[in-house]
Amino acid sequence: MNENPAITGYCLIHDRQVVLSGDLLFTSNEKQPGAFFTEVYKNYSLNYPKFYKMDNLCKLGFLASEFLLKDKEITTRYSGEDVGIILYNAASSLDTDRNHQQSIQDRLAYFPSPSVFVYTLANIVIGEISIRHKIFGEGTFFVEEHFNPALMHEYVSRLFNDEIVQCCITGWVELNENNYHGALYLIEKTSPGKEGIAIFEPQIIEDIYLQRR
Amino acid sequence: MEQLIAKLKSEIIEVLNLSELSPDEIDENAPLFVEGLGLDSIDALELIVLLEKNYGLKLGTAEEGKKVLRSVRSMAEFIRENNKG
Repeated sequence: MNENPAITGYCLIHDRQVVLSGDLLFTSNEKQPGAFFTEVYKNYSLNYPKFYKMDNLCKLGFLASEFLLKDKEITTRYSGEDVGIILYNAASSLDTDRNHQQSIQDRLAYFPSPSVFVYTLANIVIGEISIRHKIFGEGTFFVEEHFNPALMHEYVSRLFNDEIVQCCITGWVELNENNYHGALYLIEKTSPGKEGIAIFEPQIIEDIYLQRR
Repeated sequence: MEQLIAKLKSEIIEVLNLSELSPDEIDENAPLFVEGLGLDSIDALELIVLLEKNYGLKLGTAEEGKKVLRSVRSMAEFIRENNKG
């Protein structure tokens, strides 16, 4: 039977909620992204102290990947080289760039923080997820003006067609000040019609992102 | 000296975002890197910035850095010996 790339799971972190493949996992009244992410981290006892050192963009991507990959055993089912991470957002690392800028604004008190500076690149999110899950495959972070499911579908499909990946974590990881929207999808080759599997196509990617499914 | 060590522990927790730790949980004699707190190279840079920003002290060489950043106590000793302010 033909196997095609399909959505075998997804995790949404948005508007003080965590949703895993359609199930509401966690909800909170906390409006500040950083405090909300820490609340989620503590609630699930994730036990990864480096979490506290991450900037908010990385915390968002890290948490979404933790839920997305839980019980999926991707590291035993795939070689690390065959798993890709392709992410997108609009604000890049602007939130942390702003923090860094503030630390170097005053020439008389010029103390840039190395631990802030290392997060002034959006693709560090890919690095954090890769380190956590021992993923060594293709990693690319696109900065797009808006959520673009067509591009997401096209690029990831090409990676599968060219046999660059056997499994791919893709999605939107956006954070800027108090606004955040994480939507990660796990894409694997599988037979159509299996339970819990959604077709990997732009309309479905968008429906999931907008929680219309 | 003990007062300086306590202050330094709080500052380290703050600058390294070790918010899950309390000062009492940090052994001032334990190695800061690899063992002990398991700090990395970025943390080392952050500690160098801490010494400069909070105490006006600069490390001269990499060798001196290794010696000074060995533990909280060695950092405190370096501050006490060099901070005349």
